[in-house]
Amino acid sequence: MAAIDMKNIVKKYGDGFPAVNDVSIDVADGEFMILVGPSGCGKSTLLRMIVGLEDITSGDMIIGEKKVNDLAPRDRNLAMVFQNYALYPHLTVYENIAFPLRLAGASDDEVDKKVRNASKTLELDEHLERKPGNLSGGQRQRVAMGRAIVRDADAFLFDEPLSNLDAKLRGQMRTEISRLQKRLGITTVYVTHDQTEAMTLGDRVAVLKRGVLQQLATPRELYTNPGNLFVAGFIGSPPMNFLPAEVDGTSVKLPFGTVQIPQERAERAQGKGLLIAGIRPEHFEDASVKDDTSSGSTFRATVDVVEWLGNEAYAYIPFEAPPEVQKQLTQLEHDLDGDQMRTQLVVSLDGASRIAEGDEAEIWVDSTKIHLFDPATGENLTVDESRAGRIPEREDPKAKEQAEKMADHGEEVHSAEEA
Amino acid sequence: MKQKTGIGTWIGFALIMIWCLLPVVWIISLSFKSLAETTAGSPQFLPKDPTLDNYSAILDNGDFTRALINSFGISLIATLLSVIFATLAAYAIARLEFKGKRIVLSMALAIAMFPVVSLVGPLFDMWRTLGLFNTWPGLIIPYMTFTLPLAIWTLSAFFREIPWEMEQAAQVDGATSWQAFRKVIVPLAAPGVFTAAILTFFFAWNEFVLAISLTSTTRSRTVPAQMSFFVGPDPFNPPYSQLATASVIVTIPVIIIVLLFQRKIVAGLTSGAVKG
Repeated sequence: MAAIDMKNIVKKYGDGFPAVNDVSIDVADGEFMILVGPSGCGKSTLLRMIVGLEDITSGDMIIGEKKVNDLAPRDRNLAMVFQNYALYPHLTVYENIAFPLRLAGASDDEVDKKVRNASKTLELDEHLERKPGNLSGGQRQRVAMGRAIVRDADAFLFDEPLSNLDAKLRGQMRTEISRLQKRLGITTVYVTHDQTEAMTLGDRVAVLKRGVLQQLATPRELYTNPGNLFVAGFIGSPPMNFLPAEVDGTSVKLPFGTVQIPQERAERAQGKGLLIAGIRPEHFEDASVKDDTSSGSTFRATVDVVEWLGNEAYAYIPFEAPPEVQKQLTQLEHDLDGDQMRTQLVVSLDGASRIAEGDEAEIWVDSTKIHLFDPATGENLTVDESRAGRIPEREDPKAKEQAEKMADHGEEVHSAEEA
Repeated sequence: MKQKTGIGTWIGFALIMIWCLLPVVWIISLSFKSLAETTAGSPQFLPKDPTLDNYSAILDNGDFTRALINSFGISLIATLLSVIFATLAAYAIARLEFKGKRIVLSMALAIAMFPVVSLVGPLFDMWRTLGLFNTWPGLIIPYMTFTLPLAIWTLSAFFREIPWEMEQAAQVDGATSWQAFRKVIVPLAAPGVFTAAILTFFFAWNEFVLAISLTSTTRSRTVPAQMSFFVGPDPFNPPYSQLATASVIVTIPVIIIVLLFQRKIVAGLTSGAVKG
């Protein structure tokens, strides 16, 4: 058991590509920490630096009370589950699980006791004599976890462990991992690009983009108080809607009409010109289904497509965005690994809604939940800082800017290579 | 249709088998004929009255048994050393990024392509000066040199197939680099190691040019070279049956080794194919 403290970690590859830029994350003893972000955001590199498979260019990696920057992986006493499990195909399940114990020179009795214990926990008893090649994906996954839990490691590290499993098994294993971690109470760092895993498993979630920490907070804080445009767009499915907005007093002018927002939110966005408003799909509703529409605003719009899912329905409403906003949104899509073709509003409606494709419908919006972002910096102007965890750019804007610059430099390195 | 191709396949199969195995059967049959029978001029295919005299004569022949020991010793040592060096070198080539990696690989290939005969002269002079002429190391060293390139190429291909994660997992599990190599990488590359071993052993076992040029007595002469000295008392009437017997005896270990290693290769392949 140990806390993991990362201080200003930087990773630069030999070709000058900065994979991780000045990331500081503190993982408390027994905490379940998630590293999440789109592909190439440096989350796996960071994990591999914790375990010692990648060198740290600069910064301090402290596990327990000890600085481990220069320690070999085997001296760090961490257990890791790899994306493709990395089981030893020439050994039986029993010997796979026993492998770390054998290396540590444990006696046969001790090995046997611990392996049987682990296999019981993971329900692998009847597979102990089989080779990994004869096991299903879920069973291999459990063997990989068995190899991790059999030794008394200071922390568990998971590198996208569920990405090779089918959807149903992924759900089961997710619960399994969560249960196991709660029971063992062991410090865990878990890398994923799947936001369901990020939201459900983590005590806290660190969102990374291009090797820069964007926000470090609980799932709820990330969802309700995203620190910037990137976090807002990354967390949540379907994603948050981004609309051009102009604030005048407490009224916000959106493409579909004008809505009123609370005074204290409006104040923070005064005099900033054109902004981006972020509204989650579920903060809209079909006005005819909603009993009390007084708390928000309503507007009329023509619905393009409706996807009815039973308990709810998604309605799509296209709109035109001015070029300044469009550019920022295109960049955001690029950062999120997406390629959105058109600007459209995704609205989540109650399953009872009768709105059909092509209808002009009256839509209600909960205007108290609207976030306003600065299109130039992407910063969330309306964030409730007391409930947003850690947002690096608020703590030390200069450092964050510096890190972003490094990441820009990294993109140049890559585009130069491609050219 | 199916039947037709079946028959065709079997006929082709039989033809190829006869083509390949007839000389072998002929040699085996010769080895059971008495000396009188083979010197008679045109001997029939099957021995008239089969005899084991040839076998007992050849096993009593001190020179032959001595050559057999030399062959075994030299081939086994050359194989062992070659496989050890090739494993280490191939691992480095597959895993490490270092300058001149391509040069090492192409040099190795160039050595393998070098005709053995062209080296006999220089080697003969060098070995005499260095005192390696007519010794075991005098043959082991060139055999290793000629088999290493192929072994390195084969093995580095095998090592490249093994995912990096295997080794990283072992290191995280508490293994040193050496332990990870020995307990995870080498067992996984076993089919490659056995392939390399077989190739090396056959080369050393069958090699003739160096064996006859770099030796002068039975102190280090191997069986292929020794057999060229089987002339018998009458130079116009070589002891064909005894030569055949020697050939059979030399072939037996090769067959045994192939059968043994073949099983290993198959076992290795099935376990190595699983990438966890």
